[in-house]
Amino acid sequence: MLLLTCPYCGVSADETELSPGGEAHLKRFGPGSSDEDFEGYLFMRHNQKGVHFERWRHTYGCGKWFLAARCTATLEVFGTYSAQTPEPPKEIIAKIQAKRPDWSLT
Amino acid sequence: MTQSRDHLAQARKARQEMQELRFASGRFCAQICRPQYPFASRTGPNRGKFSGVSFAMRHYSVFAIVKEALGYHQGWERAWRNPTPKAQYDAIIIGAGGHGLATAYYLGKNFGITNVAVIEKGWLGGGNTGRNTTIIRSNYLQDPSAAIYEKSRSLYETLSQDLNYNIMFSPRGVIMLAQTEHEKRGYLRTAHANSLQGVETRFITPREVKELCPIIHLEGPRYPVLGGLWQARGGTARHDAVAWGYARACSAMGMDIIQQCEVTAIHRENGAVSAIETTKGRIGCNKLGIVVAGHSSHVADMAGFRLPIESVALQALVSEPIKPCMDVVVMANTVHGYMSQSDKGEMVIGGGADGYNNYTQRGSFQHIEETVRALVETFPMISRLKMLRQWGGIVDMTGDRSPIISKTPVENCFINCGWGTGGFKAIPGSGWAMAELMAKGHSPLADEFGLNRFREGRFIDESVAAGVAH
Amino acid sequence: MSHRLPQGGRLIDKARTVSFEFNGQKMRGLAGDTLASALLAEDQMLVGRSFKYHRPRGIVASGAEEPNALVGLGRDARFEPNQRVTTTELFEGLEAQSQNHWPSLENDIGVVNNYLARFLPAGFYYKTFIHPRPFWKHVFEPIIRQSAGLGKAPKDRDADRYEHFYAHVDLLIIGGGIAGLQAALDAGKQGKRVLLVEQTAHWGGRAPVDGIELGGKSADDWITATLAALGKMKNVTLRNRTMGAGVYDHGYALAYERVTDHAPSVDAPRHRLWRIRAARIITATGAIERPLSFAGNDIPGVMLASALRDYIVNYGVAAGKRIVIATNNDDGYRSALVAKEAGLEVAAVIDPRPDATGDLIEAARSAGIAIKQGMAIAEAQGGKRVTGVKICAQDSDGSTGEVIACDAVGMSGGWSPVVHLWSHCGGKLIWDEAQACFRPDPTRPPLSHDGEGFVFVAGAADGHSTAAASLKSAQAAVAAATGQAVKSRLPKVVEPELGALAPIWIMPARAPIQKRAKMWLDFQNDVKVSDVQLAAREGYESVEHTKRYTTLGMATDQGKLSNINGLAVLADALQAQIPAVGTTTFRPPYTPISMGAIAGEARGAVFQPLRRTPIFDWHVEHGADFEPVGQWRRPYCYPRAGEDRHAAVTREINATRGSLGLLDASTLGKIIVKGPDAGRFMDMLYTNMMSTLKPGRCRYGLMCNENGFLMDDGVVARLDEETFLVHTTTGGADHIHAHMEDWLQCEWWDFKVYTANVTERWAQVAVVGPNARKLLEKLGSDTDLSAEALPFMAWTDAKIGGFEARVFRISFSGELSFEIAVPASQGLDFWKSLIEAGAEWNITPYGTEGLHVMRAEKGFIMIGDETDGTVIPQDLGLDWAISKKKEDYLGKRAQARSFMDNPDRWKLVGLETLDGGVLPDGAYVIRAGKNANGQNNVQGRVTSTYYSPTLKRGIAMALIHNGPDRMGEVVNLTDGKGGQIKARICSTIFFDPEGEKQNV
Repeated sequence: MLLLTCPYCGVSADETELSPGGEAHLKRFGPGSSDEDFEGYLFMRHNQKGVHFERWRHTYGCGKWFLAARCTATLEVFGTYSAQTPEPPKEIIAKIQAKRPDWSLT
Repeated sequence: MTQSRDHLAQARKARQEMQELRFASGRFCAQICRPQYPFASRTGPNRGKFSGVSFAMRHYSVFAIVKEALGYHQGWERAWRNPTPKAQYDAIIIGAGGHGLATAYYLGKNFGITNVAVIEKGWLGGGNTGRNTTIIRSNYLQDPSAAIYEKSRSLYETLSQDLNYNIMFSPRGVIMLAQTEHEKRGYLRTAHANSLQGVETRFITPREVKELCPIIHLEGPRYPVLGGLWQARGGTARHDAVAWGYARACSAMGMDIIQQCEVTAIHRENGAVSAIETTKGRIGCNKLGIVVAGHSSHVADMAGFRLPIESVALQALVSEPIKPCMDVVVMANTVHGYMSQSDKGEMVIGGGADGYNNYTQRGSFQHIEETVRALVETFPMISRLKMLRQWGGIVDMTGDRSPIISKTPVENCFINCGWGTGGFKAIPGSGWAMAELMAKGHSPLADEFGLNRFREGRFIDESVAAGVAH
Repeated sequence: MSHRLPQGGRLIDKARTVSFEFNGQKMRGLAGDTLASALLAEDQMLVGRSFKYHRPRGIVASGAEEPNALVGLGRDARFEPNQRVTTTELFEGLEAQSQNHWPSLENDIGVVNNYLARFLPAGFYYKTFIHPRPFWKHVFEPIIRQSAGLGKAPKDRDADRYEHFYAHVDLLIIGGGIAGLQAALDAGKQGKRVLLVEQTAHWGGRAPVDGIELGGKSADDWITATLAALGKMKNVTLRNRTMGAGVYDHGYALAYERVTDHAPSVDAPRHRLWRIRAARIITATGAIERPLSFAGNDIPGVMLASALRDYIVNYGVAAGKRIVIATNNDDGYRSALVAKEAGLEVAAVIDPRPDATGDLIEAARSAGIAIKQGMAIAEAQGGKRVTGVKICAQDSDGSTGEVIACDAVGMSGGWSPVVHLWSHCGGKLIWDEAQACFRPDPTRPPLSHDGEGFVFVAGAADGHSTAAASLKSAQAAVAAATGQAVKSRLPKVVEPELGALAPIWIMPARAPIQKRAKMWLDFQNDVKVSDVQLAAREGYESVEHTKRYTTLGMATDQGKLSNINGLAVLADALQAQIPAVGTTTFRPPYTPISMGAIAGEARGAVFQPLRRTPIFDWHVEHGADFEPVGQWRRPYCYPRAGEDRHAAVTREINATRGSLGLLDASTLGKIIVKGPDAGRFMDMLYTNMMSTLKPGRCRYGLMCNENGFLMDDGVVARLDEETFLVHTTTGGADHIHAHMEDWLQCEWWDFKVYTANVTERWAQVAVVGPNARKLLEKLGSDTDLSAEALPFMAWTDAKIGGFEARVFRISFSGELSFEIAVPASQGLDFWKSLIEAGAEWNITPYGTEGLHVMRAEKGFIMIGDETDGTVIPQDLGLDWAISKKKEDYLGKRAQARSFMDNPDRWKLVGLETLDGGVLPDGAYVIRAGKNANGQNNVQGRVTSTYYSPTLKRGIAMALIHNGPDRMGEVVNLTDGKGGQIKARICSTIFFDPEGEKQNV
C-alpha cells in the first residue's frame, strides 16, 4: 500500500486516503484542436515503466489534488508537488537524476 | 553424486535423439504441408482433412499413459521444442502468453502460415495467462464484444480435442448477480441483446440463483439479490493448460517458441517492420504481431507509436482446498467480487483492479480486503475458510476498457492488447481474429476493435450494463 | 508406538489433563499440549490422507510448516476445515475430524489411487480425459473434484466475530526467537516504537529446545529475563500468537492474531488482523528443516528430526520407542542425543557424509549411539506406520543392505531460512553454497517509498546456524534499520560447533526410477522426485512450469518443506545450478489467514455505511419498501396492507396527479458554486449558458464529461450574482463535486471559485399536485407563492408554517410542484406538518418508482436510464440545452468527432405497444438481416418502460436510429422470450404536452 506525502497538508498519507488520477501534465485541447491532438490529450498515455508523473487527490484528507513523480517499476516516490504546476519542477527532476543519472524527461 | 549423472546422461541422450526426430518431422511437415493447410480441425476452413497434429507430435491418450507407465514414464518426449531462432520468419509474434500462442496456432491452422516464431521474454504462459481466475463467459452487451467472446467460448468447447491436450474446459455456468434495481435493468437489457447475438443467456430469479448456488446469501441487508444473468455454457478452464496446449501444437507445426528471449528493438524500413532485435540476436520477419499484455505500451514504444493504455495491477486470491461446495461461477459486481471453485477445491476469488499505474505484479491490500469483505457478505460460509495465497498481474486498461486488435501506424505491424481484466476467456477468439487480421489484413471479429475508434469517438463500452448514475 | 514420556516437557502441565475428541474418539492430553503432541501421546500417528493418492499420512513437523496433519475443528457455525494440528493449542472439549477419506481414516476407498499411482504421474490429466467431449464436464471432472479438495466446506454462517487493529511503528520485528527478542531489546533501548510479534504461544524459538546457554543461564531463563526487561519498556509492544502474515509496499505489513482459537469460551474476537505501517521491518522468522528424499519418506512415523526433538523436549512426547535418525548435517545429532537422554532406543544415526566430525557427532558416539557414516536410507518400510529402514551406501543404487527395525524416523536435510516475508515485496535471494540454502541478499532488499531498503533480517532467517551468530546479526539488523549504533553487550553463548552439511538431495545417489517414484517431495500434493524429473523431461523447465505441472509447493503449506528439495531435483535434471533455476515467487500470506479476519467487522448491517435522510425514520414507520440507491436507501413505494408494489405505485401516482403527493427528495445532490468567476465556471461545466441566469431563477442544465457523454443533469438556481446552487442526481452528488474540484484545481486554477457539497445540510421535500399551493397556503407562508409572484422555474426564500425554507418552483412530474428545502435538522418536523395539514387533500407520500413513472409520462429523461455513459445530449433531442454561442464547454470538442457529429445516431423517441401492453425492460429494436459476425441487426433499444396509471397503458422511451423522423412507424422489439412485440414510434411526451398542469 503506497505512502504519499500531500504537499498541501503535509500529511504522509496512506493510499486509502487518496484517489489516483492518472498521468499528469496533460495539455488540454478544446474546440478547434485537431483530431490527433484531442485524441492524444484524452487517451494516449506514456504509461512508462519507470518514472511516472501522475495525479493524486487527498480525497479523505484535505481534498486537494496534487502531483507525484513515482517509479512504476519500483514504486519509489521521488516527490510530490502542487497540482498547479504546468510541468515537472526542476528540483524534482534533479532528485530523480541524482538517483538515476541516465534518466531524462521524455 | 557423479554416479547419478549416468542415468541423467542417458536420459539427455534420449532427449536429443527424440528432438532430432521431431525436428525432422517438423521440417518435413513444414515443407510438404505449408502450401496446403496441414492441421485438420473441426472448426478450421480445412474441415475434414487429415490430422497433421497426430503425426507431428506424440498423441496423448489413456493408452499412451498406460504404455508409458510400464516404463515408469521415462519415454515421454518434450511437449514443445526448445529451438534457437532462425534468421528470418514469415511472421513473428512477440509474447508467448495465451493470446500470442493462440495467434500463432491459428496462423498455422487456418492460414497455413507455419514459418512462425513466438518470442517470449520469460517463460511461456507466465504472464496473465497463468495469473487469472479462469472465468469463461460471453454474456457481453455490445455486439462486437459478444461476437469475439462467444467465438472464443465456442472454441473453448472443443479446444481439448483440437489441441489433444486437456485444458479442462468446464461449462459449469456463470451467474452475474443483480443487486440493485438499476443493475437488474442492465442485465435484462443484456439478456435481450444476447438473444439477438446468438449468446445463450437468461435472467433468472433469486430462487433459481439459490438453487444453482446454495451457499449464496440472498437477503444481504445492504444488497439483496434481485436475480441474475445466467449463462449456462460459461464456466472455467485450466489456465496453464491453455498456454501449454497451444505451445505444444504450435511446436508440432514446426513453429519456434523461443523463451528467455527479450525483444530490445523493432527495426523498420520505410515505414514497414523488417526485423526485431532480441537478447538472442536480430531476427527478420515479414509480419510482426505484438501480443504482450501488461507491457503493450513498452513494446509499442519500440515500434514508435503510443497507445491509449495504462498498466495497472489486478489481484486475485485462492482459499485452501475444500470438498466441492460450489458448482457455478458467481460474479457480484455491485460489491466488487467474484468466486468459483477450482477442480482442486480452492475457492478462486477476484475483484476490482488497483487504480494507479503499476508494473510490479503486486497490488495494495485494501483491494483484497474489499473483495473478501464483499464475498463474505455474499457467501457467509467462506468466513471460516482461509486465504492461502494472493497475487497480482499487470493488465492493460484502454480508454473504453475494451480490447484493441488492430493494424498500427507501422506497416505489417499488428497489435493485440487492452484486454483489461477479461483476457483469459478471450484467448482462442482473440488468437483467431488476430491471425486473420495478420493473414488477410482484416477480420470481422477484429474490425470494431481498431485503434482508430478513439479518434473517431466510437467506443465499445461494457461498463454500460453495470451502469453508474441513477 | 508414540507415547508420553514419564519426564520432560517444558511447555506442559502434567497436573492438568485436558479431554478432547478425535474422529469421535475420546482422548486426553495435558494443558500446554498442541493437538499434535496430544495425538502423538495417544499413539495417534495416522492423522490424514494425502491429496492425490490418499496415502496414509502422519505428523511430519511441529510447527506452521506441517503439510499432512490437517483436521476439521469444531462443529456447525464454528466448524473450520484444514487446521494444522501442530499449530492448534489443545483446549477442553476440542473436537477434531481427520480429512479427505471415505468411509474412514483407517479404511479409505480413495487409496485405490495409490495402487494406480504408477498410471497417475504428474500432469496425467492433461494427457487424458479428452474423449468423449461431454465426459469431462459430466463424468471425469465430478470424480476428480470429489477425490480432490481436502476438508469439508463449512455450512453455516460464522458464529464468531473478527476485528482489525491499526498500528504505526518505527520498527516491526517479526519472530520472537532469541534473535527477535535481542533486536527488540536493542531497538527498545534506542527509544524506538517497536512491535514484536511471535506466531506461537511461546517466546524464544528453538534455543531452549537445543539446550543452548546464554549469559550463563539456560535459554529459558535468558528468555524470561529478556521478556521482563522488554515488559518495562513503554515503547515496546509484544504480541504472541500473532503471525507476520504479509509485507506490502512502503512498509505496510499485516499480522494475524489468533485471539481465542486456543480458548473459544472467551468472549472476544476470534481473530484480529493487525494493519501495520512500519518505517522499518526486521524479519527474525527462523528457519525450517528440510526432509530427505528417500523411498517411503512419507510413511507415518517418518518425521523431521527437529520435530521429533520438539515433541520430546517441549511436550514430553516420543514419536516412537526405537528411533532412527537420518541426517546430512550435525543438527540431526541433537535429536539423537535428546532421544537417547529421554531413555529411548536410538537404533542408528544414518549420515551420508563419509567422514564428518564435530562436537555433536562425538557426543553421540560417546553416548553409545551407532553412527552409520557414508550411508543412506534405501527405503523406509511399513504401511500406516514405519516398521524399519533398509540402509545402504549413499553412493549406491540401494538394491542391497541391512534392515534396521524402528517405529520412528527423524530426517534432516538441512535448514532453509524463512525468507517469505523478505520476498513478499520484492526482496531478492542469494544461494548459500556452504549451507545449501537461499538467504536474503542484503544488496537487493525490498524498497520503500524513499527508495531505501525497508526490510532487514536477523538470526536463522539470515542463514545463521548458531545462537551466537544469530544474536550478532540481530544487533546488526537493528543498527542498519534504525541507523543508530547498538551498544548493548551480547550474552556469552555456550553451544556446540557445527560442521558443514553435505547437500544430499536424493538418497541413495543412484536410486533407480522405481525408488525415485517413491521419494516424496510434496507430502500433501503427492509430488515425487520422479514427477519433477518427468516435468523436466517434458520441457516444463522453468521452475514455475514445474511447479504448476506437478503442483509441487501448491499445497496448503505452500512448499515450506518441498520447494528447495524440488528445486534441487529440477536443477539436477536440467544439469543446471540451483540458483540458475531460481525460486517461485513468495506470496502472502505466510500461512493461511481466515477470510473472516480479512473482512473484519464490516459485515451485515455495517457492511457499508448506510446514508439516511432526515425523514428516514418516518419512512420506516410507514412501511416504506426501500431500494438501495448508492449508499442511500430510498422508499420505492409505501405499500399498504394487501397492496403489492404495483398497486401501491398506481395509488401513489393517481393520488398525486389527482390531488396531492409528497416526495422525500433530500438525497438530491446540492452543491454551492461561489465566487467572482462562478458564472464563467458554470458555463464550462454545463452545455447550456448558465452565466446569464438571473438571481431568483432556476434553469435545467446538462453536464457532459470531457469525452462528450452526458454524465449528469439537474436544476441550477442562481442565489445571487456570485452564487449558484447546483442540483445533481442522487448518485451524482459526490462524483460531480469531485469533478468540479478536479477542473478547478488542475485546469482552471486561475478561476476565483469555491465549491461546497451541502447535500446533507438540507432536507428537501417535493410538494406535488393540483392542491400543492393550497397546502402551503394553509400552512401559512410569509412570502407570496402565487403563480405571478413565484412563476414556474423561479425560487424564493420563505417562512412556511414557521420553517425557514427555500422554495423552488420546479417540477419533475409535470404537476404543479414546489420543491422545498429546510435545514436538515427540521426536515422530519416539516415533513410531518405537511402530512398533517395535507390530510384533507388525501396527501400521499410517493417513492422512487412513482417519481420514475411520472417523469416518464412527461418524457423527462433520467440519468442512468436514458443515458448509460454512451449517450450524448444530441441523442436525447436536448439540442435546445446546448449553447451554440459558447466557445467551449466540457465535452464540446469531443462531440465534434466524426462518430458523434453524425446524423446516423440512435435518437430518443416514445414507444407505445399496439395492444397497450408494457414493453419489457431492456428490449431491443430489431432490424432485418445479420451483421458480418452473424448477429441479428438492431436499430434501437428501450431505455425506460412503465405501466402508466394515468394513461392506463404501457409507455416507453427508446433510442432508435433516425427515430424522430419515423413518427408513427411500427417497429419490432424483442420480447425476451424468443418472440417479438410490435410498437409504434411516438412522441416522448405522453401526458400534458402543453405543460398546462405545471404552469398554474
